[in-house]
Amino acid sequence: MSVLVNKDTKVLVQGFTGKNGTFHAEQALKVGTKVVGGVTPGKGGSEHLGLPVFNTMKDAVRQTQADASVIYVPAAFAKDSILEAIDSGVQLIVCITEGVPTLDMLYVKKAVDEAGIRLIGPNCPGVITPGECKIGIMPWHIHNPGRIGIVSRSGTLTYEAVAQTTALGLGQSTCIGIGGDPIPGTSHIDALKLFQDDPDTDAIIMIGEIGGSAEEEAAEFARQYVTKPVVGYIAGVTAPKGKRMGHAGAIISGGKGTAEEKFKAFEQAGIAYTRSPAEIGKTMFDLLKSKGMI
Amino acid sequence: MNLHEYQAKELLAKYGLPVQRGILAHSGEEAAAAYDTLGGKFAVVKAQVHAGGRGKAGGVKVVKSREEAAAEATRLIGTNLVTYQTDAAGQPVHSVLVCEDMYPVQRELYLGAVVDRGSQRVVFMVSTEGGVEIEKVAEETPEKIIKIEVNPLVGMQPFQARDAAFALGLSGAQIGAFAKLMLGAYNAFVENDFALFEVNPLALRENGELACVDGKINLDSNALFRHPDLLAQRDKSQENEREVKASEFELNYVALEGNIGCMVNGAGLAMATMDIIKLKGGQPANFLDVGGGATKERVIEAFKLILADDSVKGVLINIFGGIVRCDMIAEAIIAAVKEVNVTVPVVVRLEGNNAELGAKILDESGLKLTSAQGLNDAAEKIVAAVAALA
Repeated sequence: MSVLVNKDTKVLVQGFTGKNGTFHAEQALKVGTKVVGGVTPGKGGSEHLGLPVFNTMKDAVRQTQADASVIYVPAAFAKDSILEAIDSGVQLIVCITEGVPTLDMLYVKKAVDEAGIRLIGPNCPGVITPGECKIGIMPWHIHNPGRIGIVSRSGTLTYEAVAQTTALGLGQSTCIGIGGDPIPGTSHIDALKLFQDDPDTDAIIMIGEIGGSAEEEAAEFARQYVTKPVVGYIAGVTAPKGKRMGHAGAIISGGKGTAEEKFKAFEQAGIAYTRSPAEIGKTMFDLLKSKGMI
Repeated sequence: MNLHEYQAKELLAKYGLPVQRGILAHSGEEAAAAYDTLGGKFAVVKAQVHAGGRGKAGGVKVVKSREEAAAEATRLIGTNLVTYQTDAAGQPVHSVLVCEDMYPVQRELYLGAVVDRGSQRVVFMVSTEGGVEIEKVAEETPEKIIKIEVNPLVGMQPFQARDAAFALGLSGAQIGAFAKLMLGAYNAFVENDFALFEVNPLALRENGELACVDGKINLDSNALFRHPDLLAQRDKSQENEREVKASEFELNYVALEGNIGCMVNGAGLAMATMDIIKLKGGQPANFLDVGGGATKERVIEAFKLILADDSVKGVLINIFGGIVRCDMIAEAIIAAVKEVNVTVPVVVRLEGNNAELGAKILDESGLKLTSAQGLNDAAEKIVAAVAALA
């Protein structure tokens, strides 16, 4: 097993015939992900990459029985696309799109929560279960099936943690890129819950960055409920206050949301952590070794 | 994106908020004319910059005559105002807002709003402690800040605004006036995609009326595509020149104070790269995310930006080539180094697809490029290279 996605997950692509949708659907198909079609309004009935194109998500789900949808539409249309996906009956929505207005996400987050549907992102690399299913833009080949769950707000930092754990022979159960926006569909806590309940995940890497207090809350959650080993890392120790560091959510505002506060929360929760992005894999390896798990 | 006080007040007035009267002036003559038009005994001349703390920094002055208004405006315009919120260079003053004088007032209140990440709602805040920094109030007397969370599906309700009015100790006709003001502010917030909004102080005047004496609005940059009118009000002179340049090429750049330039793909990895430079004893000169497609053109522009900062003594390029091939990135880096004529040491760490081939191409280029294996090696090499120059 794994969390969220596996070899049987059937995926639809919203924004299927666009440049990004096409490229990443091809990449996903190449590694065996069950992409079953996509949606581009007005192009329904045609074929793309040898798969059916539908006008609406409802049509697409009715005819393909898809479980998940991945969204590659421009930011201005992301809210509409996510709401359409909620209405269609898929249980997992992964929104890769960067630059979605924050107020749009306030509505969207309420809507997914009320519908009981899992949204990953926006502004994220997606979710991957190595060897089984890739929904998103992450490079398949650096991953290795294994037993470490990884959750991160940053794409390339996730890859860093993946490459490091792979190099040490650990491998990953599932990697969840929750995205760099201030209102994410899935939080660190949500991901911790999923990994804690997954029998095939032995340990968890949690990567955060400056801005907000999600990592502090996750640290407290981990202290109370997570029995599996957790390793934390926070990016942005050197980030200046009041400046947005690339991600919409990566900003220290009113002196709150610093890396130091987050490291302190890890410390107080008894979570193993590293201050070096080069030592994430090693910190996990050493922790597992000290617990006799490897 | 930030708005100036005068822009914020104009926008809020459209939503029915009672704002302090003011006239924008770009010169001493205009300020004198504004003083006459306002017609009061006193007026207040306020420097228009994107920074708080103007009063303490000498950017807000009460004047008693048209001559004084002209003198204050002339003194401020064309200078840089340094406040506790700016860097050492300060923010350039191109205009002043000449405002009607409202003081003395009965009380100074506070009204603000943000998108709260914790509750995932727009949260309004009111306080009886206006006129001082709200961060200070939050720290010292948090019980004096009343928070009102707004359900995004139904919007702010009149009862919520009334609750706030009573909490502020208002009475009689002030209750209705405040509720109208707060509902107007909420509409302005959601219709214009504010990220942050603040009226501090919100004056309760001696005549019992309310007035917004200041106005601060920060807009959600992601939403500007649907607000061309607001985008047109952007004042690039208030932003870091290199950051403005970067945004034109869709590069995310933030200037820092160190001497090691950074070029990285991905915001998280870019921050992590700055951090590891610091861990190894160096000082990062900037944050720069070149994004997913590190093409030759983008790498060239990134180099130009980094090297436009005179303090840069070395550059660390850290690319995790996920989908793109590292040998292609290596070619792009070589072409860029040649075209921009880079003379400082450059350390390149390529990871991912064809990383070894990429490193080989760099090593054989005959240029001053050093390839590195992994993050530690990369940071150590650039810190050592820059230290060797000193």
